[in-house]
Amino acid sequence: MADYHWPPANHREFIGQRIKRIDGPFKSSGRAKYTYDVNRPGMLWGKMATSPYAHAKIRKIDTSAAEGMPGVKAVVSIMKEGDEVLWAGQEIVAVAADTEERAESAAEAVKIDYDPLPHLVSDSDPQTAGGDRSKQTEQRVDGNPGQGFSQADVTNEGHYGVPVITHCCLETHGQATEWDGDNLTVWSTTQNVSGMAGEYSSGLKEKGIEIPAANIHVISNYMGGGFGSKFEADTWGIACAMLSKKSGRAVKMMLERDHELMVAGARPSLHGRIRLGAKKDGTLTAWESETYGTGGPTAEGTGHLPYILAVPNASVKHTAVMTNIGPIRAWRAPNHPQMALVSMSAFEDMAAKLNMDPVEFFKKNLSLAGDRGKTYAEELDKASELMEWKRKWHPRGKDGTGVVRHGLGLSMHTWGGRGNRSNCEVTIHPDGSVETSLGSQDLGTGTRTVINIVTSETLGIPLDMVKVNIGDNKYPPAGASGGSTTVSGVSTSTRRAATDALNQLLDKVAPSLGAPADNLEAWKGKIQVKGNPAKSIPWKQACAKLGATSITGKGVTSPDLMSSGVGGVQMSEVAVDSETGVVRIVKHVSVQDCGLIIDLKTAESQVYGAAIMGITYALFEEKIMDQPTGRCLNPNMEFYKLAGIGDIGDIVVHMMTGPGYDDRGTIGLGEPPVISPGAAISNAVANAIGVRVPELPLTPERVLTALGKGGMA
Amino acid sequence: MPHDEDKPRPAGAENDGESRHKENGPHADLSRRKFIRGAGLAGAAISAGTLLGDRVLEAATLPKSADAAADAGGVVGPGEVPITLKINGKEHQLNLEPRVTLLDALRNHLDMTGAKKVCDRGTCGACTVHIDGRAFYSCSTLAIDAQGRDITTIEGLEPAEGLHPMSRAFWDNDAQQCGFCTPGFVMACAAYVDHEPNPTYEGLQKALGGNLCRCGTYMGIRQAVLDAAKSMKGGRA
Repeated sequence: MADYHWPPANHREFIGQRIKRIDGPFKSSGRAKYTYDVNRPGMLWGKMATSPYAHAKIRKIDTSAAEGMPGVKAVVSIMKEGDEVLWAGQEIVAVAADTEERAESAAEAVKIDYDPLPHLVSDSDPQTAGGDRSKQTEQRVDGNPGQGFSQADVTNEGHYGVPVITHCCLETHGQATEWDGDNLTVWSTTQNVSGMAGEYSSGLKEKGIEIPAANIHVISNYMGGGFGSKFEADTWGIACAMLSKKSGRAVKMMLERDHELMVAGARPSLHGRIRLGAKKDGTLTAWESETYGTGGPTAEGTGHLPYILAVPNASVKHTAVMTNIGPIRAWRAPNHPQMALVSMSAFEDMAAKLNMDPVEFFKKNLSLAGDRGKTYAEELDKASELMEWKRKWHPRGKDGTGVVRHGLGLSMHTWGGRGNRSNCEVTIHPDGSVETSLGSQDLGTGTRTVINIVTSETLGIPLDMVKVNIGDNKYPPAGASGGSTTVSGVSTSTRRAATDALNQLLDKVAPSLGAPADNLEAWKGKIQVKGNPAKSIPWKQACAKLGATSITGKGVTSPDLMSSGVGGVQMSEVAVDSETGVVRIVKHVSVQDCGLIIDLKTAESQVYGAAIMGITYALFEEKIMDQPTGRCLNPNMEFYKLAGIGDIGDIVVHMMTGPGYDDRGTIGLGEPPVISPGAAISNAVANAIGVRVPELPLTPERVLTALGKGGMA
Repeated sequence: MPHDEDKPRPAGAENDGESRHKENGPHADLSRRKFIRGAGLAGAAISAGTLLGDRVLEAATLPKSADAAADAGGVVGPGEVPITLKINGKEHQLNLEPRVTLLDALRNHLDMTGAKKVCDRGTCGACTVHIDGRAFYSCSTLAIDAQGRDITTIEGLEPAEGLHPMSRAFWDNDAQQCGFCTPGFVMACAAYVDHEPNPTYEGLQKALGGNLCRCGTYMGIRQAVLDAAKSMKGGRA
C-alpha cells in the first residue's frame, strides 16, 4: 500500500517548488468568468433601494412608481413598514429590470418614508457612547498586577488605536440566480461554495419559499476577493433569488461600490490605554490595558491582550461599543492586526524608554511567547539579516538632523490555521487522465494549484495530467475558506484520496509487475517496484489495465498530515518627511513559517500580498463616518484609499522551511502575514521621528500632530 | 522622477490637466455631464482628477471631437439610440441609452467581460481598454462618445492561441491573486510598454498609479512589466 504520509524532502517532485498557478492564464487573459461576468439569456438586473438613515423606523414603503417604470419585471420588499433600520445602506426593496440603467432608475423611484431615531456611528469610547450601547466583554486579571508594577524599574503608559476599516473586495458582493422549475442555480462570489446551498435554503424559507438545499446548485469558479466578508447568502442573495422567482428570469444583482463599502464588511476598531512595567534589563513584569472597540450593531471585536508576549501580571479590560454602521465581518486574521498594533506599540515604546534595541528587547522576553519562542528567535534573526537591522538601526529619534528621517520597526504575530473539514475524490480514468474534485474555492490564494500539486505528487504524474474540479457544490463538500483553513483541508484530503485511488490502481497493476502491491510506488510517470525504475510500467499503460471502468479514491481532511500555530516576524523601514508628514515605506521584510509548504510560489504571493494589504491599512485605510448625518463619507475608491504600485517600497519575503518546519505538516497561511505590518510600520515611524503616532492610519495630519507634541530629538 | 515630456502619456501617468478640461461648446455639458450624472456617476468622477494626481488617467473622457451627440448639434436620449462601436477590429451595432458607459456596453450588451467594473468612477483602472492605442477607463467613457474610435479590449489584445507577452509575464511572475484587477492591469501595462519600450522600475511605478489591486500583487506586476517589455521588443523586431 502506498503511504499517505507526506513524502520526505528527498522524495518530492512538486511539493515545495515554485509552481505557477494553474488558473493564471485564464485570469491574466481576461477569460476567467467571475460571478460579475455571468450573462444569462434574458437576464435581468437587480438593484436595491437602501436606507439613507443610520437608525430609523420605516413608516411607509411605496413601490408603485417603480413597478410602473419601463423594463421593470419584479419588485420585492426586503424589509417591511414598521421595521427598524440599524445602519445607512441597509436594504429595503429590490427591483429587477431588463437593463442595468433601468433597474437603477427603478430603485431610485422607490419611495420610503422614515421616522429617524438616534444613532451613533463615530468611533466613540464607552463614556461617550453610553451604557446602553456598551458591553464589557473582557475583565481579566493574571497573576498580581500590583506586585508586577512594584517590581518594575520602569513603567510606561501610552494610548494606541486602529479605526474601523473595510474589506473593499474588488468584485463586489452579489450573485446571479436562475430558477428552473423546483431547482435554483446560484452563481455566487463566495468563500463558502459547499455551505451556500444551505444558506439559500434557510434564507428563502424565512421568506416563505421552500426549497431543499439539494435542489440548489452553487457555482463560483472565480471570485474577486473576499478577505473574510463572503461566507453568507446575505440579504441581497435571498432578494435576488426572490426577484428571479417572481420574474421567471435569471437576475444578476451585484452591489454598487458605495453600497459595498457601506455595508459589506467592516473590521472592528480597537483603541485604548496600555501601561507596562519592566526591569532595567527589559524583562516585562506587568501589563494593564483598558480598551474599547466599535463593531457595528452586534458590537463584536476583542481586546484579548497582551498579544504574543503573555506578560505575567496582567489586568485586562475591554468594552465593545455598538454602532450604527454596516455589520462587522471577519477581516483577514480577525482581531489580530488590531491587538498586534496596540501590543507591539506598547512593547516597542517600553524598549525605547529603556534605550534598548527592540530586537534585543523582544528576545529578552521570548520566554513569554510560549512554545513558539524558538520559532520567533529564528525568525527575528532571519528578518534582522534581511533588513540589515544591526547596520541600520538607531535609537529612537536619533537619525541625524535632516528633514526626512529613517526608522526601523518590528512586530511579531501568530495564527492557528488548522485545516477545515474537506472531502475529496480523485478519479483515475483508463486513459490515464485524472480528476480531483472538491467543493472548495480558490480565493486567489492558489487553492487549485495546491490541489493539483498534491494529486500529481501522490500519483507521480505531470501537473497537466490532472484536472482540478472546484468552485461547484456538486463536488464533495469542502469547508469554507476562512481563517487560513483551506490549504490543510484540501491538501490533506487530496493526499488521502489520491493515495486511496493509487492503491486501487496498484492492486490492478501488481500482477504484471510480479510484485505485491505493497512493494510498488508511483514516481515520475511510472508505477514501479519501490526504488527500482527498471521494474516499472508507464502511467498510461498502468491505467489501461483498469479496463472500461474508472476508479475513484476518497479522502477526508487528515489531522496527522497537518498542524496548527505559526509565528512570523516583520520589520519595516520607513522614511518620514517631517515637514509634510508623509510616511514612505522604504523596505518591508516578512519572515513567515507555515509548516510544510505545498506551492512556494503562491505561498510567497500570499505573504507579499499581506504585506501590501498591511501597508495599506497602516498608511491609508479608514472608514470615515459622519456623526451628524450617520453616513459614510468615503464609500468610494478615491477617498477610501488603497495603496498603489508606487506606495509599497521594496518588499522582501522569506519562508521558513526545512527541518523543524516541514515536518509539522501543512498549516494555513492566509491570515498571519497581514497581522504585523501596521505595528511594524508604526514602530518604524516612532523610531524615525522620536515620537509615537498613536493611531492608524499614519496620515500626514496625524504624523504632524504627533510631531507638534514632541520627538525629532 | 524623470519623465519624457514629448511622449504621449499612458494610463496613470501624471495628469497635465490639459486633456481633462474639455467642457467646451454649448452641448458638451448636456451630452456628457448629464449623462454621466444620469448613470449614477457623481460629478466627482470628472473633478476627482484634480484631487488625485497620478491616480487618474490623463483623459477621463474622450477628446471633444469624439463627442458625437454634441458635434451633431442635437440632443439625444434619454431613450435608446443606435450606436456603432468598433471593437477589436469589428463593428458592432447597438441600441443603447446615451447614459450607457463603454464599460457597460462591453460587459452587459456584448458579453465582453474582461474589463471589470470595480469603482465605476475612474479611480481603479479595472475597466481599462485601449482607445486609439491609448489606455482609457471605460467606466468613465460613454459608449456614445467612443463611436468612430478603435477600441481594443483584453479579448482583442490576446492572440487566438496562447497569451499576449504581458499576460504571460503576469502569469510567470504570479502578478495576480483573485485576478479581478488583472485584465485592467494587463491592458494598462501593455499600453505603457507600447509607449515606453524601456520601462524602469521607478518609471513604471508612476505610470501605473492609475490601477489598484486589493490582494497586493504589485511586486509581481513590477517584474512582469520589465520582463514583458523585453519580450515585446523582441517580438516587434
